[in-house]
Amino acid sequence: MHELSIATSIVEAVTETAAAYPGAHVKEVRLRLGALASVVEDSLRFCWDLAIEDTPLAGAALTVVTLPVVVHCDACNADSELDGVQSFRCSRCGELASDLRQGRELEIESIEIEEPESAVEQPAQEK
Amino acid sequence: MTTRIVELRRGILKKNDELAAGLRQRFQAAGVLVLNLVSSPGTGKTAFLERTLTALREKGVRAAALVGDLETDNDARRLASAGVPVRQINTHGECHLDAETIGKHLDEWREVDLSALDLLFIENVGNLVCPSSYDLGESIRVVLLSVTEGEDKPLKYPGMFNSADAAVITKIDLAEPCEFKHELAIKNIHEIRPGIRIFETSAKTGVGIDAWLDYLAEQKRS
Repeated sequence: MHELSIATSIVEAVTETAAAYPGAHVKEVRLRLGALASVVEDSLRFCWDLAIEDTPLAGAALTVVTLPVVVHCDACNADSELDGVQSFRCSRCGELASDLRQGRELEIESIEIEEPESAVEQPAQEK
Repeated sequence: MTTRIVELRRGILKKNDELAAGLRQRFQAAGVLVLNLVSSPGTGKTAFLERTLTALREKGVRAAALVGDLETDNDARRLASAGVPVRQINTHGECHLDAETIGKHLDEWREVDLSALDLLFIENVGNLVCPSSYDLGESIRVVLLSVTEGEDKPLKYPGMFNSADAAVITKIDLAEPCEFKHELAIKNIHEIRPGIRIFETSAKTGVGIDAWLDYLAEQKRS
């Protein structure tokens, strides 16, 4: 149950980024979570509203993209996407594969922000 | 109003990862090998560590331990009997240790000089989920499971088992009454973490401890 810590870390990171866009409102936060990230999406959503309350993220939607595990198979010399997380075997040849290439991601991919028109025009004028 | 997408591509635990990278450099500079011990509550991390620390001290290996629990200093008091420096960390509710906490405790731990240590053990909070995401700057992550927990533990907690560098099966003296199936447990560990080193041990009888100590010596040399 560390999802509240995770949610708080997201709020800190997004607040830092959003500070570069004065007056902007964060509409959406997009995450990439690997299948082995040990974060339960439902628990994270449960904590989300509490974590964003009274922050620049208040009201922001949370979108989670779950990434499957990808291992590199030495026998096939190729990457192999796994169906689940119960067996780390190459989906082609069935050999055990320890070289993890994807699946631990715990990442903020992007945010969608809404800016007042004046704020958007300013960078254009500077040019 | 106008909307725009801002790419971040940033780790949620970036702050922890950066602090852990700093700790890793600090451990390397001091020449101390750091191990992070993770398991469910009740697996026997403390008994295993007590046996390990006592054996290391007898061999003249300089070891110390940081031990994490939500509350109480019971584990630190138990481990102190091994005769090596031990410091308790109470997380007061947090289900895992993080790099910031480790750094803070190392700074406050006046009686311990990292460069005077060969090995530092960090006994994490008993939990097979959350600690898997938090790098503590360790070189070796050791996952423990006891024969009383069932052979399918690795399949139930793949995130943790897949992140480990070594696995220790504890309470092997109870294997028979528990009808523990060694081959199945080993197969399940390897199914989740192919090729990982596995040690079958008993802190009570000492079975398997020598092989574990040999592994530590080998890792220390490499």
